[in-house]
Amino acid sequence: MLEIRALSKSFGGVKATDNVTLNFADGSLTAVIGPNGAGKSTFFNLITGALKPDSGQILLNGVDLAGRTPPEIVRHGIGRAFQVASIFPSLTVQETMLAAVCADQRRASVLHRRFPLAETRDRAGHAMELLGLVSKRNRVAATLSHGDQKLLDIALALVLDPKVLLLDEPTAGMGTEERWRMIDKVRELWEKQKITVVFIEHDMDIVFKIAPEIVVLCYGRILVTGTPEAIRRNEAVIEAYLGTEHHAGAAV
Amino acid sequence: MTELQAEQAAAVPQAEAGLQRSRYFDVLIALAAFAVLAILPMLTGSKALLDFVIRCSAFGLFATSLNLLVGYTGLVSFGHGMFFGLGAYGFGLIMQRTGVPVPVAFVATLVITTIIAAVIGAICVRLKEIYFAFVTLAFQMLIHSTILSWVSLTGGDQGLRGGIPRPAFFGIDLSNHVHLYIASCALLVIGLLLMRQIAQSPFGYTLRMIRDNANRASFVGIDVWRAKLTIFVLAALFASTGGIIMALFVSGAYPEFAYWTISGEGIFINMLGGVTTFLGPMVGTVLLLILNDTVTRLTEYYGIVLGIVILFFAIGLRKGLMDFVVEWYTQRRNGPGE
Repeated sequence: MLEIRALSKSFGGVKATDNVTLNFADGSLTAVIGPNGAGKSTFFNLITGALKPDSGQILLNGVDLAGRTPPEIVRHGIGRAFQVASIFPSLTVQETMLAAVCADQRRASVLHRRFPLAETRDRAGHAMELLGLVSKRNRVAATLSHGDQKLLDIALALVLDPKVLLLDEPTAGMGTEERWRMIDKVRELWEKQKITVVFIEHDMDIVFKIAPEIVVLCYGRILVTGTPEAIRRNEAVIEAYLGTEHHAGAAV
Repeated sequence: MTELQAEQAAAVPQAEAGLQRSRYFDVLIALAAFAVLAILPMLTGSKALLDFVIRCSAFGLFATSLNLLVGYTGLVSFGHGMFFGLGAYGFGLIMQRTGVPVPVAFVATLVITTIIAAVIGAICVRLKEIYFAFVTLAFQMLIHSTILSWVSLTGGDQGLRGGIPRPAFFGIDLSNHVHLYIASCALLVIGLLLMRQIAQSPFGYTLRMIRDNANRASFVGIDVWRAKLTIFVLAALFASTGGIIMALFVSGAYPEFAYWTISGEGIFINMLGGVTTFLGPMVGTVLLLILNDTVTRLTEYYGIVLGIVILFFAIGLRKGLMDFVVEWYTQRRNGPGE
């Protein structure tokens, strides 16, 4: 289980994450939503070690990961995909996967053998298969379409066998059809892999359709957590997204 | 079993065999190259040609090691020449002052280089891009200034005078020109083979990941700082070996070996030959030395000519010669549609 306890982070006078306490059960699928500047990406950055929290704990199965470096956190089982696909442009899809497995198997520093290592093939192949990248395995990452680059980014996180997968806006920059294909893929991965998935998403249709649990952040604090139905009806959420005036207007 | 798994199951033994083949192929190419170089003294009596190959060995090792940083890791070092100088001075001083056998001095020089490179690298590899480039340059200038000012040890601006003793070992007499030539060629070939192995190892791919996207590499579990430090030290060792060859060749060591212009020449060689192919820097070395040797004979304004050549490659081809050749060959093989 991933437990976040009283997590806080400030930039100057701005509290980007303010005393956030949350639990993500094993095998859960949770969407994190909130208006721009709510602190969603900061929240992910704190969990994955890109930022050091000012205070609080990040417990993964009881081990506190707060303040550790990204490689340490990855090795404990928290994988991450980014809002803007973060890949290795000059490597092929297959090389990317194989090199990532090498790193995960602590063979990234091996000098006396040739790349790729035979023992990395199965896992790399499995991740490519899960993400539908097998037919593109010999393509250089930079030449992939935006959607495939996002898939590769997710595959890169998934190939490390994470216990928790954090997806920062997996559908960012995609057209409507592509968005649904991507989110179906995310749901499929969650069902097949039985891992904990937490994703940030702006498209409310997608969020309400696939996420059994939703966390709403606003000004770095948790506004509310609950099921899609509960969130949809929550006045504080409507106000946070639409503002008081609009809300009053909408109510009329 | 899925289609991919079946395909992989069939492909693994083939791939493994392929990898073994590629390693043996590299060794075979290296042996062939060494054989060709080794018989050269029997085919020609030209001392100038042998001298040229010795210089190519020294600068080829230096430039290829720089490419491990620049081309494979994305670390543009402006101070890599300090390790070339360190190799020359370290070896020269050990031979002059202790009189130990050549192999002992060789290993001792590499040990000293490792320690110094680890200390400098630990500071520099934390820095990014231009900061890394300039701090490495600053360290190079520090070492150069130390050489100039520590006259009692280094001979100051006169360099190490009196020649470097080169006692025979295992039947090899490095004061013999042909022996020195063969030893230089052997060091070059072994050095290139080792660097090729580094480039094609899992670690080589770790370096490519860091070059492409160091931030993402850390989220894959790679300790970026440690990997950068490792390659910084390894590259320093090969540069130092180049310096040792140079010290043996000129039987001395001079402050110019540790001056920033050596690093500049390394960068220039990489620009000439290209950084995307393993042998690019070696080709660049041969080109630069030919250019240097011919142009300096023809005009005193050789700097202008070399500048024009750089502009031709940088602005005209927008890549090094080997990059251009490989790209042209790939396009030709794949056809215009690819």
